Amino acid sequence: MYTETQIVHNNTKTTVDGALDGTGEMVINVGPQHPATHGVLHLVITLNGETIKKLEPHLGYIHRSIEKMCESLSYRQFIYVTSRMDYLSSHINNHACALTVEKGLQLEIPPRAQVIRVLMDELTRIASHELWWGAMAMDLGAFTPFFYAFRERETITDIMEETCGARLTMNYMVPGGVMYDIHPNFQRRVKDFITLFKSKIDEYNDLVTGNIIFQNRMKGVGKLSAEDAISFGCTGPVARGSGVKSDIRKLFPYEVYDKVEFDEILETEGDSFARYMVRIREMHQSVRIIEQLIDNIPEGDFQAKTKAVLKLPKGEFYTRVETARGELGVYIVSEGGTTPYRIKFRSPGFSNLSALEHMVVGSKLGDLMATMGTLDLVIPDIDR
Amino acid sequence: MFIKEYISDIYHAVKSLLTGMKTTGGYFIRPGEIITQQYPENRADLNLSERFRGEVVMIHDENNEHACTGCTACELACPNATIKIITKFDVSPDGKKKKALDTFVYHLELCTMCNLCVEACPTDAIKMAQNFEHSVYDRSKLTKKLNQPGSKIREGVE
Ligand code: SF4
Ligand code: SF4
Repeated sequence: MYTETQIVHNNTKTTVDGALDGTGEMVINVGPQHPATHGVLHLVITLNGETIKKLEPHLGYIHRSIEKMCESLSYRQFIYVTSRMDYLSSHINNHACALTVEKGLQLEIPPRAQVIRVLMDELTRIASHELWWGAMAMDLGAFTPFFYAFRERETITDIMEETCGARLTMNYMVPGGVMYDIHPNFQRRVKDFITLFKSKIDEYNDLVTGNIIFQNRMKGVGKLSAEDAISFGCTGPVARGSGVKSDIRKLFPYEVYDKVEFDEILETEGDSFARYMVRIREMHQSVRIIEQLIDNIPEGDFQAKTKAVLKLPKGEFYTRVETARGELGVYIVSEGGTTPYRIKFRSPGFSNLSALEHMVVGSKLGDLMATMGTLDLVIPDIDR
Repeated sequence: MFIKEYISDIYHAVKSLLTGMKTTGGYFIRPGEIITQQYPENRADLNLSERFRGEVVMIHDENNEHACTGCTACELACPNATIKIITKFDVSPDGKKKKALDTFVYHLELCTMCNLCVEACPTDAIKMAQNFEHSVYDRSKLTKKLNQPGSKIREGVE
């Protein structure tokens, strides 16, 4: 019950200024509008002095009921909505949905489309990790890296704009392949970007990775053991930072990932710096994949022939892909009609966020930012 | 021993900071690498890719003719009910009634630029334009009629 002077929070009485009666603890709200949460995430934190005693994420501020919306959209239409979940991996979200529909239709994808898809995925991964790198450094008070990261990311968005027609929500993957063929400039521009990016990534390491202040704030902070990473369902760089093998591209290869050479990056420390290093090293691996494929795009169709109205057979279909944040699963239940009966997305951000309390309880409030930043949360991905 | 470690710590710390400063300082003396664009001053030479999706427009040729048959395929393909096709019946000289487009209503405020309508159109009557400056003072201005006044369907388009 809310009165003028008391707010009831979890059955504990707090005064308006947040102090908990008689315990010396106080409750503060980080978010929903807070620069450190990168979106409308609301963390209710119980503090004793500066030590975090309890942390509770409150979700739902940007819930758009995408799963429910998809039930009224056809199998062609629902894909564009998923760009709005994890908007930094929108290509990869679209890819996952397209793969699920193709699985239901038992459609063969032309090799050219497969390679284009993988190229786009890896470019998206680099762009996403770049943005994370800039935002991460900004969380810790460094402003310059943000501009450097956006400078290189801009090159990727330009390439995307030229080939896909949009910069963020591309809607380029369609059931059966990709929407249109790559732009004639695509290969040249990607190669230019790769050359540029390789020199810039050393700059990133000089500027941030090697920085002593940065390292002191990241090392030993936000520890997550391999067992905990598994039990919280963490995937992606968060799990790999704790030494858990979880790269879907390796474990359950899709498209041409089983034909290209790349390493799954594992760090064993499980702290914030390990997760940071995983992402930095992953960018190198993405570059490696792109280098192998960019000159070897097979000739042929970029889209398989599909019917105008797609109907999935009765049944359940599930596929998973590796987004920049971890494992994204798309689960479709079909009744045989033109729209899905039920769609469920298993988003990586939600599970990764659930480990946050475990990682920060007992540490200082400042370490929360250093930990949360390395989870690389995208809030619309968590709320959907 | 302790002193040695202490001094080496300080040395490495200062070195790491200087490495970082060298990077940022480098751009100070190489201003040519700065890529900031001065929008809107550079509007005149702003080059958007021909695939850039800014808004849906209908293609009209010099005779004010379009290729839209009013088949509503785009309306059905649109996930957001952005398009509303209003049809009428044209009476041809030999007295036959034929369905034709009356008004192509396009709600720009609902459009997500997903390109599904353009893909769905069997006669390539619509396309995406590169205009992205859509702000207006009144919401009603965002509802557009895409077929130009007095336009009619091109001969031979079925
Ligand atoms: S671009 Fe997409 S949202 Fe816009 S009118 Fe076409 S189908 Fe509808
Ligand atoms: S624009 Fe194309 S799809 Fe839409 S009604 Fe006209 S002909 Fe049909």
